[in-house]
Amino acid sequence: MTGQNYLEVQGLTVDFDGFKANENVDVTFLQGRIHFLIGPNGAGKTTLVDALTGLVHGTGYARYGTKDLLTLKSHQITRAGVGRTFQTATVFEELTVLQNLDIAGGVHRRARGMVLARRGVPSYVQEAMETVGLADHRDRPAGILAHGQKQWLEIGMLLVQDAQVMFLDETVAGMSHDEREETGALLRRIAPTRTIVVIEHDMDFVRRYADIVTVLHAGKVLAEGTVAEIQANPQVQEVYLGRSTEGVEHG
Amino acid sequence: MSTTPVERATTFARSWGSLVGIGVLALLLIVVAPAVLDEFRLNNLGKYCCWAIVAVGIGLSWGRGGMLVLGQGVFFAIGAYAMAMHLTLETAGPDGIPVFMILYDPLAPLPGFWVPFRSPIFTLAAVVLVPILVASVLGFAIFKRRVKGAYFAILSQALAVALAYFIGGTIKLTGGDTGLSDFKSFFGYDLADPVNRRMIYTITAVVLVLCMLVVWQLYRSRFGELLVATRDAEERVRFLGYDPANIKLVAFVVSAVMASIGGALFVPIVGIISPKEIGAAASILLIAGVALGGRASLFGPALGAILLGYGRSTLSERFENGWIYILALMFIVVTLLLPDGLASIPRRLSGVVTSRRRTA
Repeated sequence: MTGQNYLEVQGLTVDFDGFKANENVDVTFLQGRIHFLIGPNGAGKTTLVDALTGLVHGTGYARYGTKDLLTLKSHQITRAGVGRTFQTATVFEELTVLQNLDIAGGVHRRARGMVLARRGVPSYVQEAMETVGLADHRDRPAGILAHGQKQWLEIGMLLVQDAQVMFLDETVAGMSHDEREETGALLRRIAPTRTIVVIEHDMDFVRRYADIVTVLHAGKVLAEGTVAEIQANPQVQEVYLGRSTEGVEHG
Repeated sequence: MSTTPVERATTFARSWGSLVGIGVLALLLIVVAPAVLDEFRLNNLGKYCCWAIVAVGIGLSWGRGGMLVLGQGVFFAIGAYAMAMHLTLETAGPDGIPVFMILYDPLAPLPGFWVPFRSPIFTLAAVVLVPILVASVLGFAIFKRRVKGAYFAILSQALAVALAYFIGGTIKLTGGDTGLSDFKSFFGYDLADPVNRRMIYTITAVVLVLCMLVVWQLYRSRFGELLVATRDAEERVRFLGYDPANIKLVAFVVSAVMASIGGALFVPIVGIISPKEIGAAASILLIAGVALGGRASLFGPALGAILLGYGRSTLSERFENGWIYILALMFIVVTLLLPDGLASIPRRLSGVVTSRRRTA
């Protein structure tokens, strides 16, 4: 089920005035796998995603197709097919679910079509809306959606903008048990044709849905492997020692 | 919770209802007003309409785009001075030199930048194209550098002040603080003839209605949604694959063109243009009208500008010195009680305050 597409990161370093939030990170994200990034707070998980999506400047190399993402601006990276969500769901609260999804569809349109009003619902919008299960909320303002629904809406926006690589930053944080289940199922549904990278703290969720896990610590890659491999890794156990809430040790 | 046909009908009605509203406004301005107002009042209304044209653009940039354009006087000046230079030259006659220039130096040649404004075509093109050029260059430099918020407002205000000072200080070239006035004809039509003055009023009213149609379409378009999205979460828009700078630039340029056209029509109606009309105070009054009416709504900016213009004239006739205080008080009261402006009154009354949906 693993496809041809991949994003290869080599020697990525993010330097904040001497503080290295990421140092010499090598990691490859493959299509068809749900790839989790875990690590203690401050390990550089979000910074890694920020660097790969143009939000902070990183040195090194991040090859996706023929492009080096580190040389592109945020909107160009998005156009290249690499999308992301944020820790706090950032949907456009005053716009409806439909408008939020539709607005993400810029890659499908020419600039001059922008001055026209939307007529009907584009097929890619309808499809995304059904995939993330929000078809029943089509005309409701995004601001009144539940927390979990907002996160799904964000994933839906990534689907509409045709993101082949999706970085999801703590998507299930704050979700109820049922919402987590649904999110996991959603990721499974969309993963085969895409490259999904999830930053997560909840080890239960990681165990259930991870195909591969990369552990970051102090800005560097500490370990990479399946959930079982990671849990058996003595270095990882050491980093997480005393962090029983993270739950690695009783896996 | 799926949408009912009723809900969809409401959305439909809201969009097309606005169009009916514009139609009613057009009828009032183009048919009713000339029938019921005397020449003096109609001319005043024409002046307010010029401000309203600028205000419609401000509504687009500020209300929908979140750019507090405190210096629309710059673009107003471009249109106004282009028109005023043409009318001055037209009044001076072919090969004539403007009277004020002769006063300073009877032998002075016409300054080079005045020469092309002898041509009516060039003048009209300049009214539209120069603001496009200036706003594009300015906007590109400003938005690509991610200058926004108060910094943008101060920058735009400073430009208006600088331009007003510059014009004030170059009396031999631009008429200085005295401004340009005493126009006798407008593209061949005698300005003393009431019929022609009425025609200019009608042109102004039609242009205002056209500008409203333009923003009506923009507001309901995908661009309009994207502009609101940019206003509310600019950084998020980048991750939709758009450069917010370009989106803001388009809105800024459109509003600059409207300001310029408003300025161009102001000149034949009022008969004088001077730095006083474009500087800090003038630019702020334009913003005040928009805020009064409701910056993000379709009708708010235009109605607010007309109301403010009317208020200025009426109050200043009664209270020669005190009117500005009354106006300021009114402004404060509206801002405190109705942050979304007068245009939000019907919505508030009907109780549809849910979720502050501003998209038409």
